[in-house]
Amino acid sequence: MDKLEFRVEKKKTFDVYNIRKDFPILSRTVHNKPLIYFDNAATTQKPKQVIETITHFYSHLNSNIHRGVHYLSQASTTEFECARRIVKSFINAKFEDEIIFTRGATESINLVAKSFASSFLREGDEIVISYMEHHSNIVPWYMISEQFGLKLKVVPINENGEIIFEEYEKLLSERTKLVAFVHISNSLGTINPIKEIIDKAKQYGAVVLIDGAQSVPHLPIDVQELDCDFFVFSGHKIYGPTGIGILYGKKHLLESMPPYQGGGDMILSVSFDKIVYNSLPHKFEAGTQHIEGAIGLASAIRYVQNLGLDNILNYELELLDYCTERMQEIPQLKIIGNAKNKSCLISFVIDNIHPHDIGTLLDLDGIAIRTGHHCTQPVMQFFKVPATSRVSFAFYNTKEEIDILINSLKKIIKKFN
Amino acid sequence: MESSDLLYQEIILDHNRNPRNFGELSNATHKAVGHNPLCGDYIELYLIVKDNVIVDVKFSGVGCAISKSSASIMTTILKGKTIEEAKQIFNDFHTAITSEIDKKIDTQNLGKLEVFLGVREFPVRVKCVTLPWHTFIDAIEKNS
Repeated sequence: MDKLEFRVEKKKTFDVYNIRKDFPILSRTVHNKPLIYFDNAATTQKPKQVIETITHFYSHLNSNIHRGVHYLSQASTTEFECARRIVKSFINAKFEDEIIFTRGATESINLVAKSFASSFLREGDEIVISYMEHHSNIVPWYMISEQFGLKLKVVPINENGEIIFEEYEKLLSERTKLVAFVHISNSLGTINPIKEIIDKAKQYGAVVLIDGAQSVPHLPIDVQELDCDFFVFSGHKIYGPTGIGILYGKKHLLESMPPYQGGGDMILSVSFDKIVYNSLPHKFEAGTQHIEGAIGLASAIRYVQNLGLDNILNYELELLDYCTERMQEIPQLKIIGNAKNKSCLISFVIDNIHPHDIGTLLDLDGIAIRTGHHCTQPVMQFFKVPATSRVSFAFYNTKEEIDILINSLKKIIKKFN
Repeated sequence: MESSDLLYQEIILDHNRNPRNFGELSNATHKAVGHNPLCGDYIELYLIVKDNVIVDVKFSGVGCAISKSSASIMTTILKGKTIEEAKQIFNDFHTAITSEIDKKIDTQNLGKLEVFLGVREFPVRVKCVTLPWHTFIDAIEKNS
């Protein structure tokens, strides 16, 4: 797939300087320098629309949802269920009750591992993941593999940071029961060919989970078109609050799966002899939910939809290209992850300067980046680096900010040599 | 002074570029490995201790400028010290770099280690400074 496929005609209405005004935090300073926030793959900043939605909820609507007969309870229930509908249409799920609210992508994956995999997979069954998974898409599978005698198979990557598709095909067999893949790598920026990955897995009848934590903020998602069985993402990476996430699952699968946690709201009736579980989606939503989180996430999705994911994508790819190009000016700098299809983040190393020193020195110039292994230690081992520095962009970043980054990096290199 | 210069003083950058006592000792009496998996800092420390005196010390490994220079400066200090003296130095040093920023420090005992006082402004980096010293303590206690 060529990168150009993602580029669509750009609308003239995308005005980054105006958009920045929606994000209060972007006008603050850090170490007496204007904040330059390049850590968007870790978490994104929140527009005032989201902040105001949450404030409004607590000022006017706060009440526990479901089963309440009073006015506020019904009003908050309406908002909460409306949030579910917004998520449903955002990723084009077929049914509303295919959308389960969780604490984040990590919990969504754990839910599938604990509920689906531990109930439906048998000793000797195989799970296929890739070398570039985030720890959250490795550890849950590792844990249930240990527990139930499943086999974990790992698809290798090449020097550009792309999965080797032929190797993936070789790992698939009748024993493959589940394939779990990251859509966009958080440490390399690679956009994986998930449509092809899903289609291939289906030929063997495997169930597929896609980790969309890094893709949902940047690419339009259509779960029906993808035909994945599970799709997970986190609210805070798409300009919404922390502590809220989504598990999309095909209805027939979710219906067949046992509950993940027991508690209030996930049951229809309880006696000491018999418990009847609630229907979807409530079966998987035990206890009081993160109500303002769900409503805040819906507000963030509306914000993104207003800007237009196509506009966002075009602009962010412009930032990616510009930064990649400007980084070529620095001979000591090496980019880790050069996939043909890449999202707007860049991991890099600089000769003889440890990422943590780069991170601290950039911070003193007001530039927030992430350094370390990015919860992808196998990727670090593959590229034989202990850690990388990572800049990750959002639609509110500018080329001027990238210029400041490049100057700052040049200054650091001078200081160290 | 810019705060970047406060942490990354020339002497630290110099020890980072040209670490002293870098290498291994095949006849070491004490050895230990220090590892911070979260940031990837890794140090191997070799000591030759005779009659309670550190007669030679070398280190190898990879790490940030702060941990590498801390290891390098540590080795220059340890040579010739008794175990008790070395432990006391780390004790004083540790107290100093984990103290409040505005607290007056008696720098007399610190000697060369004074260059690391800037790290007090960067709490997440304190562990970079202390990793080589913890590795030293580990080597001594493991083999005693």
